[in-house]
Amino acid sequence: MPAPAGVPRQHNADSSQGNRSAMSVKARASELEILETAEISAGEARAVPSAPFEAGGPRRSLPSLATHALGLLQSHGPSFTVSLGALLAGLVLWHLATLYKFNFYIDFENTPSPVQVGKSFLGHLSTQDFYIHIGVSMQRIVTGYLLAAGLGITVGVAMARSRIARAAIYPYIEVLRPIPAVAWIPLAILMWPTEESSIIYITFLGALFPVVLNTLHGVEQTPEVLVRAARSLGATRLQILWHVILPAALPSIAAGLAIGMGVSWFSLLAGEIISGQYGIGYFTWNAYSLINYPDIVVGMLIIGGLGTLSTYAVRLFMRPFLGWQRRAR
Amino acid sequence: MNVQVVSLETRSKAKRFGGKSGGRGHIQIKGVTVRFGHGADAHQAVRETSLDIPPGQFVCLLGPSGCGKSTLLNSIAGYIMPSTGSIQVDGEAVKEPGPERGMVFQQYSLFPWKTIRDNIAFGPKVAGRGYAECSSIANTFLEMVGLTRFADKYPTELSGGMQQRVGIARALANYPSVLLMDEPFGALDAQTRLMMQENLLKIWSEFGTTVVFVTHDVDEAIFLADRVLVMSASPGSIIADLAVPLPRPRVLDMATSPDFMEIKKECLEQIRSESLKAFEEQDR
Repeated sequence: MPAPAGVPRQHNADSSQGNRSAMSVKARASELEILETAEISAGEARAVPSAPFEAGGPRRSLPSLATHALGLLQSHGPSFTVSLGALLAGLVLWHLATLYKFNFYIDFENTPSPVQVGKSFLGHLSTQDFYIHIGVSMQRIVTGYLLAAGLGITVGVAMARSRIARAAIYPYIEVLRPIPAVAWIPLAILMWPTEESSIIYITFLGALFPVVLNTLHGVEQTPEVLVRAARSLGATRLQILWHVILPAALPSIAAGLAIGMGVSWFSLLAGEIISGQYGIGYFTWNAYSLINYPDIVVGMLIIGGLGTLSTYAVRLFMRPFLGWQRRAR
Repeated sequence: MNVQVVSLETRSKAKRFGGKSGGRGHIQIKGVTVRFGHGADAHQAVRETSLDIPPGQFVCLLGPSGCGKSTLLNSIAGYIMPSTGSIQVDGEAVKEPGPERGMVFQQYSLFPWKTIRDNIAFGPKVAGRGYAECSSIANTFLEMVGLTRFADKYPTELSGGMQQRVGIARALANYPSVLLMDEPFGALDAQTRLMMQENLLKIWSEFGTTVVFVTHDVDEAIFLADRVLVMSASPGSIIADLAVPLPRPRVLDMATSPDFMEIKKECLEQIRSESLKAFEEQDR
């Protein structure tokens, strides 16, 4: 595997946020593949280095240990080293650009340097407000996301299994899906009783569509022969749903949940920037208003980190349910 | 692949659950026609077919692809409702698929997210049997098809032949009175196929359920069946009903014996003359 596992995942999450509206079924399917390949490459990367240790036994001379360490680097290291090097190079470039106040079309004159950002970040670690911002954002994500996951899977299954449900719901999905989270903000504020509920609503909406569409797609992909087999084995409609259709759709649902988590953050930030008094999005925007430039970047990086972590958490959560898929390869 | 010899224990269990058919599995097909589509697009897949299959008989439906043999099988299974006529199994009209009519498909019909054991136990489980009973049934049938070692594997980790053995075990785990098989060995290589045929006959000799086996392979049909029903395309009807008087148990050597060849020759001649008749009728 040439690329580290993180790279295709990142790309995947970004593209789903970027042009959500243009996502066709095909695009989602290919995204699913990317997700899967990412998972495999991660699995392989882990599997390779562990092998030499198991083979050798516990006692080992120093030179042989060094050889094994080298072997480890060779099998697993290059891609990791390259990633680390690329990150460092980016930091250095950023630093140089701010140091020499690079200004050619893009202006680095007022851009904070990595050192300033680092200092600011360390400073925040000891303030309580910083954790409140993060905690409030996480709470909104969890609430909105769980609601979206529950309703999304239910609606997706209903649409795939009932022609009437599909005909009734599909127009809503098609019309509402391309509307970006930011465009919802004014109406959400008017509609919902509290600011908090309107932000959660926007978060919920962001995660909802990827989950619905991926569930729908997954259920439709259920091989008909498996449903037929279950019927001839005596399964009722409900048993078929539970034992056949949901498991068959699960890989696609898992992909939808992971994509939904990314979009959910994307939407939350939009909501927090415009309204609210806490949250990491508010923190970022507030830093701009207060001309506290390093904090803008601190906020951005926190958002990126939390988004990645929570998407990873979703994958980790889904992993035990998809064990059969990895066994199959 | 080694052909598993059915153990004595399995044999006694099979008997206890009504082995040797026990008079179950009587299929009666009366004037069945199956039409697909409407108006000008209407297409008759099965035309005016009547059949009586006594309990415990091994019947092969032989014919070229598209002759309606799978359609007829699916009607017995309950997936397709005949446009006219009736199908009864043990005096009960077939309305929908059910566990008393086990179905084995051509391929890829195991649940890939369930282990081999759970695939086999699926029928008993959805019937509401307890965990202990399910796992004892699963063990019985795992042993019967010789896959005990693979109980905790997933279907895709098994070869095609093994997967089909699981498919057969899964259908039998409901102790059906009829076993319906839709070209179950069609996707297997020639060697595996021969082994599977012998294996199937062994299992059947213990269970004695009625078997309706769809195939387009003349050798397979003669080797397996008590009775070969030849179907022809376009009218979608049975053009010949041949008895296979080969003794049982049948072993692979028989497939090259003079007796077998004689029957095959007869069979092919009859298929030829009946096909010609059918064509002439069509032209008229």
